[in-house]
Amino acid sequence: MTIPVAASAPAAHGPDRIELRRLLRALLPALSLALVLMAIAWLNPRAISYFGFTLMLNLAIPIALATIAQMFVIAGNDLDLSIGAFVGFVGCVAATWLRETPLVGILVLLGCIAVYAALGALIHLRNLPSIVVTLGMSFVWQGLAILLLPKPGGKAPDWLLAIMGVKPPVVPFPILAALVIAAVAYVGLMRTSYGAILRGSGGNAVAIGRAGWSLLKAKMALFACTGLFGVLSGLALIGITTSADANIGNGYTLLSIAGVILGGGEFVGGRVSPIGAVIGALTLALAASPLLTFMHIPPDWQVAANGAILIVVLAARVLISRKDVER
Amino acid sequence: MMSAIGRIAAKPWIWSFAGALLVWLAAIVFTRGYGAGGMLTAALSLAVFTVVVGVGQMFVITLGPGNVDLSLPANIGLASAVAMTVMDGDDGRVALGLLAALGCGFAVGVVNYLLIRALRIPPIIATLSASFVIQSIDISYGRGLQIKPPPGFADFTNIQLLGIPILAILTVAFTAGAGVVLHRTVYGRSVLAIGQNMRAARLAGIRVGWIRFATYALSGTLGGLDGALLAGYFRGANVDIGNEYLLASIAVVVIGGTSVAGGKANVPGIWGAALFLVLLLTMLNTFGVSAGVRLVLTGLIIVAVITAAGGQKT
Repeated sequence: MTIPVAASAPAAHGPDRIELRRLLRALLPALSLALVLMAIAWLNPRAISYFGFTLMLNLAIPIALATIAQMFVIAGNDLDLSIGAFVGFVGCVAATWLRETPLVGILVLLGCIAVYAALGALIHLRNLPSIVVTLGMSFVWQGLAILLLPKPGGKAPDWLLAIMGVKPPVVPFPILAALVIAAVAYVGLMRTSYGAILRGSGGNAVAIGRAGWSLLKAKMALFACTGLFGVLSGLALIGITTSADANIGNGYTLLSIAGVILGGGEFVGGRVSPIGAVIGALTLALAASPLLTFMHIPPDWQVAANGAILIVVLAARVLISRKDVER
Repeated sequence: MMSAIGRIAAKPWIWSFAGALLVWLAAIVFTRGYGAGGMLTAALSLAVFTVVVGVGQMFVITLGPGNVDLSLPANIGLASAVAMTVMDGDDGRVALGLLAALGCGFAVGVVNYLLIRALRIPPIIATLSASFVIQSIDISYGRGLQIKPPPGFADFTNIQLLGIPILAILTVAFTAGAGVVLHRTVYGRSVLAIGQNMRAARLAGIRVGWIRFATYALSGTLGGLDGALLAGYFRGANVDIGNEYLLASIAVVVIGGTSVAGGKANVPGIWGAALFLVLLLTMLNTFGVSAGVRLVLTGLIIVAVITAAGGQKT
């Protein structure tokens, strides 16, 4: 394991330096987003408009929701490798049952959240590796999606299409949605007392347990939140694409993890940032396709662009921290 | 007698073999004994590919919590394309192609470790970022690659000796070697020591950096080897050829009795678990269930087995 850099905050430096470093680190996600936006503006000025943003960022909404979903499990030192398949399954439910028999659809989606909470309980009680459990679950979600919708098709419920097609004045809908998602997740996880407990369960589980909080409940709550945001991500996705496909969410697993890390989340210790995660998701959504298109780079390199951004941002993060250590 | 049984039952790997036997029996009961031998032959052939990457993944996971190689699928895909291009369908170039695939995998492993080391990020994220890039290289380089493997190489991956694939025999020898390396060499003991307590291992004078480097390079190289073998067996390279080995490589390590917390590895269990996974699919196929049901059952059974076998005390 790498030694957490932040834990070894050098005492010899003045508080100003540490503050500066923290600030730089916190601003890194926003800086990378600004950089990508500037590149797009330079390559194609017309893209920076109400219409351009609506088009470019449309698919960023489900990605941002999936990223927030992933952030909750990462806050508890786990990883959800099934979120992509889960989003796909939710999409299939939305395009079939939710339209034809809304009550069944709603019950199934609520049941999904319960399944997630149960997975959290299982992982905690049996001390299982979340990677393996969620990889196994990814098969389950994918299989269920194929059973439900063997061929691409179905149709999103009208209310969902209406929500995702809203055209608010001045601010494009995706940006508004991103702000709301970030605000909800931020207040929930960073500004409530139970949110602090949840993050603590990832940071120092023993301390939280000794303080009398139930680690089982915390783990279940984190996984339930993942399930909830996974459901929202699937709904948003189908609201945009209008029909579903069992494989529609497959890329989301890796995108969501990359988004959380890009947004300043650490993989260990309950250190995550909801606002950063949303910014990370937006950066990935913009860099993966519009930027490459404007640069005339074939779509083959989309995935590589995500990887490269991740590596560059992580390298920048190390540089910021190291400078501080060396001084 | 009882103590002997007790000793065997206490071995963590015995359960994976028991599970494999159980699904095999279920399958042949269903077919009334028809194709029992053929099923085993096919299972051995397919299990080989999981075992090869499973061994690499086992060494990585044994390094301790957070250590896992997520770049294996991308690595396998790229190596399969490289192997087929270099071999170019010519039997005389098989050795060259194998070397190229091994080199390609080794390079991936080196890149993985450099990312971990230079960016000081958890291996999961490092191997994930690397796999993004590798996957793109593979898509761009290997798409539409229509090169067939050299006939000699393709035959070699399919030869059987009394119903046992040659490749399986070689892989058994390889895993035996891996067991010796793990338990009887300085390198293997160092891996175990690092997994148990990295700080203590470092203070004891183990060169942690080198050992970790060697382990990621080993995992990468085995991924490269697997890519070449898969391309030979399935008669051609494919971008998606390694996709299933992300779950499979991790699952066989865990089901096989290796501790996810690190520091405790189990080589024979990998064979048992790989046979179990392959036979499980064979069984579901003979039952004639649809693709969706097969996926759901595979997932549920894996979760159930992990639940039964897991629960390590950390």
